[in-house]
Formats: sequence, C-alpha cells, structure tokens
Amino acid sequence: MCADLTELRALKKPLNKFFSLTIQIWLIFMNKNVNIKNIIIDKPLKLDCGKTINNYSLAYETYGSLNEKKNNAILIFHALTGDQFVSGINPITKKEGWWSYAVGLGKAIDTDKYFVICANVIGGCMGSYGPSEINPDTNKKYGTTFPVITINDMVNAQFNLLSFFNIDKLFAVIGGSMGGMQTLQFVNNFPDKAKVAIPIACTASHSAQNIAFNELGRQSIMADANWENGDYSNQNKNPNKGLSVARMAAHITYLSKNGLQEKFGRKLQERDDLKFGFDADFQIESYLRYQGSVFVDRFDANSYLYITRAMDYFDLIKEHHGNLSKAFEKTKTKFLIISFTSDWLYPTSENKEIVIALNAIGAEVGFVEIESDKGHDSFLLKVPKFLNTLGDYIKTAYSKN
Amino acid sequence: MKQEFKIISDLIEKNTRVLDVGCGDGILMEYLKYNKEIDIRGIEISKDNVQKCLSKGLTVIEGDAEKDLLQFPDSSFDFVILSQTLQAFLNPEIVIKELLRVGKKAIVTIPNFGFWKVRLHLLIKGTMPITKNLPDEWYNTPNLHMCTIKDFYNFCENRRIKLDNSLALHNEKISSINKLNLNIKNLSAELGIFLIES
Repeated sequence: MCADLTELRALKKPLNKFFSLTIQIWLIFMNKNVNIKNIIIDKPLKLDCGKTINNYSLAYETYGSLNEKKNNAILIFHALTGDQFVSGINPITKKEGWWSYAVGLGKAIDTDKYFVICANVIGGCMGSYGPSEINPDTNKKYGTTFPVITINDMVNAQFNLLSFFNIDKLFAVIGGSMGGMQTLQFVNNFPDKAKVAIPIACTASHSAQNIAFNELGRQSIMADANWENGDYSNQNKNPNKGLSVARMAAHITYLSKNGLQEKFGRKLQERDDLKFGFDADFQIESYLRYQGSVFVDRFDANSYLYITRAMDYFDLIKEHHGNLSKAFEKTKTKFLIISFTSDWLYPTSENKEIVIALNAIGAEVGFVEIESDKGHDSFLLKVPKFLNTLGDYIKTAYSKN
Repeated sequence: MKQEFKIISDLIEKNTRVLDVGCGDGILMEYLKYNKEIDIRGIEISKDNVQKCLSKGLTVIEGDAEKDLLQFPDSSFDFVILSQTLQAFLNPEIVIKELLRVGKKAIVTIPNFGFWKVRLHLLIKGTMPITKNLPDEWYNTPNLHMCTIKDFYNFCENRRIKLDNSLALHNEKISSINKLNLNIKNLSAELGIFLIES
C-alpha cells in the first residue's frame, strides 16, 4: 500500500530555523523505490482536535523556478484523492499528474512562468504525515490512532512551505474541490500572504449531502472485514474491497447524469446481450469497477477516512458565527471563483455564497459558471472555456503583479 | 469607444468606486479602470462576456441584475451604470430602486422609443420599429419594457428621483434635456442619458 516509508536519511543543510533537517525519503511503493521530496517540520502545530504535533513530514513537489523577486509562486492545493504530483508523470502511478490539463509548460498555470508548489496534505498517503506512517512511540503504523485532522490543520501545515522556500508572499493560491476549501481557509488564516486566490468548484461549508456521501464511503471501508478497526497494515491486510466501493460511489458524484448517459448510455461491456447474472453487463459497471480497482493501488483506506472527515468538518461559515464575510474582512487578496453548470456535488449556488460574502464587504471578486456536462470533475478535465478563462485571468493578474 | 460611453465616463469622477451593471465585454470598464483610476466592478448575464472580462483582468461576476444586486450593501458604490439594459428587465422599477440603493448615484441610458424615426416607422409601415439602437424583430427582441425619454423623465419626477443631469444624444451630438425642451428632445434624440440619485 501507499507510503510504506523507509527513511533513507540523506541529511541536507537546514534552510530555515524551523527545519532542523531536510531528508529524502523513499517510498517503497508497489515494490518500486520512488524518491519523494519532503520536509520535516520542526515547528509545533496545534491541531483543531487539541493535539500538538511536531517533527512531522510534509511531502511536496515543485514545477518551474522561483524568480529573483520571488513573486511568481503559486501554491496549489489538491483534492481528496490528489497528491503533490500535479503535472508531468506521477512517479508512483506512472500516469499523468492529476492536473496536467491545467498545469505545465504553456498551460493555464504555465510552469515556464510560475513556480508551482504542491504538497500532499497531512492525513494523506503520499509521504506526508498520515495514518499509514509509523508512529515513533509505538513503532507501528498509526492507523486509526492518528489524530483527526481538519482543513485548517492541512493549511497550517502547508503554510510552512513559504518559509521553507523563503517566499514572503505567494502570487496565487489555487485549488478545486477540497483544494478550493483549502484556498478559502488559507486566505482566512493568512490574509496578506497571497495576491490572488482561485477556489474552484467548492463550498464554504460542507453540505449534508456531501457529508452523507462521505459517510457512505467510510462505512464501506469500515464494513470490510480486512479493515481490522484501522489496524490492517500492521496485520498485513488490506480493506481493498471496501475502499474500492467507496471510490465507485464517490466517482458517480464527480460525474453528471448527462455526462454518464452520453459516454455510456446502456452500452454493453464486450457482449452482445444481457447475461442474466451479476457480472458487469453494462459498460458503466465495468468502468466503475475499474476505477475502484486502480484506486486501491494508489490510496490508503485510512487516509480516505481521515481526509473525508476533514472535509465534513469544514465550515468556514460557522467558524465566523454565521457570517462568511468575516472570513475575508482583513484581506486584499483578489478572488476568482469558478463553478460548473453540471456540478451537483459543489453546485453553483454554494460557490455563489462565497461570491456574495465577498461582495458584501467590497472585496475584489470575479465569478463565472462554466458550461460543462462533465460534472464536478470538470475542473480536472479538458474543458477549454475553463482552462482559457483560468489561464488568461492568471496571466493578466501576473502582468500587473 | 462609442460616444455614449464617452459621455458616461465624463459624468464619473476620478478615483471613485463604480459598478457596471450589464457590463458586456467590458469595454467601458476597461476605459474607466485605466483612464480614470476607477475601482470598477461588473455584473453580466452572458457567460461568454463574463469570460472575456475575466480574461482581461476585469473584476466581473456572472449574474442577473434583477436578482444579484441584492448582495451589494447600501451605497457601496459611488456610481452604478446601467447602459441600454433597463428595457430588458422584467421589472425595471425594482431595478432602478436597487441601482439607487447600491449606488450613491446611478447613470441610466435608454434607447428612445419616442425618436421620430421610430414613430414614423410605426406610423407609416405599421410594423414594430427596427432602428440602429433597436435592431431586433418583435418576436426576438430582449426588450420587454420600451420607454421614451419623456417616460423616463416623468418616471423620475413622479418617484422624486433627482435628475442631476439629463442628456440627449443624436448623431454623436449631446444636448441637455430640461422641462421646456422635453418634447423636442423626445422626438429628436436616439438615446437618453440620465444621472440620477435618490
């Protein structure tokens, strides 16, 4: 499984007082050694759950280079099942990075111009402090003894990247879905640390429907006998079936009814007629099973529990006692909010709530709903109107930087 | 830039906060932003236009003025612009009210249905008028509530809306509208431009 860490510690010079050491860790992943960059953060972080963590790992990747003025850095926040490998070939999956359509040479987020940073969230399973890491106190993997983390915790952990790279102010913070939530939380926590914020297809408060879908995924994992109360990796087991069903259910929520109908309809899977059984007769069944099966190869079931929990707990409106505007009162950050017509998971109405809160305090906010039948996943896919708007907006904002 | 926009921009003081309602592809916004150092925001219903504006770096939100002006606090702008859109709303009266709530002042321009060519078209041809400013057929026009310069002038007087400046535009020429010349301007002008406040 993910993040079977054996630390081959190659000590480097500390770059900053908070980082007593930087190490290179190797992920033994599907029997392949993969070099993953990470920093060990030597600055205590008080989590929302009350626990304080220290000397924790944050795995990251960068693209492009930081200019002399250090004003071209973009911090990208990943979504639930994303990781730090935004663009290029992901060294673990050997597939294109999760946002290759938007990030890369000549793309909307042009790595020739900008210095792009992305870190694996804490709670994740791609080298950052997460439930599949070894607890130094017990020498066993954390499993469900890992503390419950929040979007706020994830953002506070990633904020350390600024001092690590000696960046005073980011040019932009950008993210879709859970990445969008982190973007909002970032500006709330650090109102003067980003010039531009682009939260995409997200919400300021996780809805009952979103919590319900996440709960479905978690229950599916926990119903797998191999989950072993979260201790599966110490027992060399894996709740693959549960995790795979969780992914299948979630995957449906990322697509739209029309999108599915158009792509699959009632097409049959390599057969001329129905087989009167429970094999995958339909292409959509086969497609979902495939999505589930490849997901378990790259994702940790406990991470799925922890990250979905963090999303459920996200409620920036409650944090400000019902007045979302208060979250952005102190900021001069310029916002661009983007939603998609067929996204029913984080619908336009929820994105618009953020726009309304920003307009209520005279903040600078642009907003557009992009026409797309690709559902919530639109932000990850080749949707030219979205990519062009994003790219042009960033380019213009940067030229006035 | 069209003459109408030049007149609008002359009515707006430098370094103010302005909202352009129905900002289209942002030509006026760009002019005001870069030539008059105006902190300008826009609201526009067409997705294509919003994308064009955002691409130019203009702060525009996609929205419908009839519903989405609500989110702006009272007097949050020095000027609110509404260019040739009033007649397309379901309820122009409420929109005017909202403009005057959100803005300390509003600039409203209207294509004049009282213009002599429009009147003549209906009189002679007996079909719904089609002119430079009113290019659509009756069955596909977005205009639901056409009015004349006189209608708008009277509307403001009846509602005690202050008319700070009333201008008539014809063939690129501007002239002032007042009570005495109202009937003449209502016949001779293609466009009325009004600076109003509550």
